[in-house]
Amino acid sequence: MIKISKLIHDYIQRDEEGNPSGTIRAINDVSLDVRPGQFIAILGHNGSGKSTLAKHLNALLFPTEGTVRVDGLDTKDESLIWDIRQTAGMVFQNPDNQIIGQVVEEDVGFGPENMGVPTEKIWQRVEESLKTVGMYKYRKKSPNRLSGGQKQRVSIAGVIAMHPKCIVMDEPTAMLDPSGRADVIKAAIKLNREDGITIILITHYMEEAIQADHVFVMDDGRIAMQGSPREVFSRVEEMKELHLDVPQVTLLGHLLRKEGLDIPEGILTREELARALVRLKK
Amino acid sequence: MGISLEKVSYVYEQGTAMETAALLDIDLEIPDNQFIGLIGHTGSGKSTLVQLLNGLLRPTSGRVLYNGKDIHANGFDKKALRADVGLVFQYPEHQLFEVDVLSDVMYGPRNLGLDEATCKKRAVKALENVGMKEKYFKTSPFDLSGGQKRRAAIAGVLAMNPRILILDEPTAGLDPRGRDEILGLISDMKKRLSMTIILVSHSMDDVARYVERIVVMGNGKKVFDDTPKNVFRHYLELEDLGLSAPQITYIMNTLHEKGIDVETDALTVEDAAAEILKKIKK
Repeated sequence: MIKISKLIHDYIQRDEEGNPSGTIRAINDVSLDVRPGQFIAILGHNGSGKSTLAKHLNALLFPTEGTVRVDGLDTKDESLIWDIRQTAGMVFQNPDNQIIGQVVEEDVGFGPENMGVPTEKIWQRVEESLKTVGMYKYRKKSPNRLSGGQKQRVSIAGVIAMHPKCIVMDEPTAMLDPSGRADVIKAAIKLNREDGITIILITHYMEEAIQADHVFVMDDGRIAMQGSPREVFSRVEEMKELHLDVPQVTLLGHLLRKEGLDIPEGILTREELARALVRLKK
Repeated sequence: MGISLEKVSYVYEQGTAMETAALLDIDLEIPDNQFIGLIGHTGSGKSTLVQLLNGLLRPTSGRVLYNGKDIHANGFDKKALRADVGLVFQYPEHQLFEVDVLSDVMYGPRNLGLDEATCKKRAVKALENVGMKEKYFKTSPFDLSGGQKRRAAIAGVLAMNPRILILDEPTAGLDPRGRDEILGLISDMKKRLSMTIILVSHSMDDVARYVERIVVMGNGKKVFDDTPKNVFRHYLELEDLGLSAPQITYIMNTLHEKGIDVETDALTVEDAAAEILKKIKK
């Protein structure tokens, strides 16, 4: 689905007159593969390069060196830019910056309309997309009247309506309350499991990454760690060095293990921890 | 002393078809020198409440008292109130604008009409209080990192010498390390400056770890007002309000259900580990 090889991205710094004065390397020799239908989580502290990487998947940025292919399409080829953006949809942090329609269903229909989808098909797509994210009953509402989580689900519906094969979500829950966060993550998992859409989730909430098939941890423009959530979160001390956390249940298991309890590293759920402790009691 | 709300209600667009009651009959005491967490789903009324506390909004009915005096009575010094009750908005770094960090922080005191030397003294003190090193004083705020920008913005409010500091989602968008730094800083400031802090947050984990009292808003009403331990005992009711409990509350409740005889009221991973060890090693 996505094939990145030896990607380098330099941002150009400019002085007060606007002349180039230097470069900052935001992505430094990153290679990675994402297979169709995978749920990928990308973690990393602020400034680690993860959002820059996300923008490459949507051809919002072009490689300084190396290549990015989205479903076989090379993002360096400007003639493919609209095909790429249709293949890999993008959801950003702030829902208010992504919603333009006066009415929910118009907002969702905007993408397919721009793609030249025939009108009756547009309505069909709008209906499907809103149902997928559980927002169909709000279709006639003004987006202004929705909560942050609901707006974010409308943004996702707007992306789904373009029938992408892949959706890149850049901290989609950072501004939401707990129920809004849970609803957005539920929608992402459903799209992945039921519709087979490849999901790339960038997040600061470690517990959201537990659901992923594969986790990449970025640091200083490189991939510092990768593996299954269990493999990555088992390395508690390394994650801390990268300014990151592990889910609290994993951390709790880690602390108990350090205190001498015989329980495995990399516990990901409360039920797993309970099982490990019950076994000890016997 | 401090702020008291007596039977305060606030109705938006009263007398029109759009009339909505944002707050209903709120009684609330904000004493000196307390660390309070204010939580509630999007639209629960917490932002309205915050704006009532520093006189930005006038209650539709009821009274807001500061040190026993009605803040909307004739002759009340609102300017002094706004200096005493500092408000740090979400993403406060978007409001940085001056040529360098020091001037930006001096902007508030200058507006109070203080002389240049006093303004500078206050700004330097505020910057010290947020842990900003002197070498950054003459740096453009736009060249700072995300976490540093946020510190500079908080310093701008601190320079007004507030007695009560309200922070709206001060960790939104920060990575785990940045989040811990800002919350550690706020907690430390609270101790050193003996001020009242009101932390508005969607992160139950953060609230559980730091505050001494939690006020829960739901649908315009004050639903709970108690210590974190007592509030999070009601975690199922919090879910009905679109909120949640800290991860650690869920973990301890699951352990309890699965037959491990632990108290479920731990607020941090460290407390939880101690409680489990006590029960398992017995």
